[in-house]
Amino acid sequence: MATKAVTKAPSVPASVWALPVFVAWMIPGGGHLMLKQRGRAILIAVSVTMMFLIGLMMRGAMFHLDKGDLLTTVINYGGFVSNLATGALYLLTTMLGYSQLDVAGHVHDYGTKFLVTAGLLNILAMVDVYEIATGKKD
Amino acid sequence: MPKMNLSHFEAAFLFALFSSVVLGVVTKKNDKDRLRYGATCFGYFLLALFGIGWAMKLGHG
Repeated sequence: MATKAVTKAPSVPASVWALPVFVAWMIPGGGHLMLKQRGRAILIAVSVTMMFLIGLMMRGAMFHLDKGDLLTTVINYGGFVSNLATGALYLLTTMLGYSQLDVAGHVHDYGTKFLVTAGLLNILAMVDVYEIATGKKD
Repeated sequence: MPKMNLSHFEAAFLFALFSSVVLGVVTKKNDKDRLRYGATCFGYFLLALFGIGWAMKLGHG
């Protein structure tokens, strides 16, 4: 019986990438700064933070872990994870009591999308930090 | 916290700008490619913004 030789890239220990990725989650751009990518850190920090702040100023709503039918559950859980991905910005905002109801109107609606997208962009930044820390990217 | 009232266009423009910056920064391997990719993303965002805007205007008659 023929056997296939499977070559696996050596795994990088979590101690190498865990701290930069955690910092990237908590402080947008912080992970890149830790890895001495100053220019990229500034661009990510400004973009994610501005997006989050504009979302707040447009009185966007934060998502909660509410269950309903399948679509409602997916939207609420996905939105919550995206909000949480902005790290300290989200934690600070909720600790300071920000609570905006989901009301009709394009300004509120855009605000909600800005808050969610800030988190999604920060997730991309965290993946980038992981790839830099593990040597998959320069 | 001050309240901000942006029009559809202003909000979509800022959304496109910040998203394009991050997409450019995290995607490519050198600065020239990053700049080009970010600018391309921004261009496509604006193209979609105007295209869908006109499509909705014409669709409503």
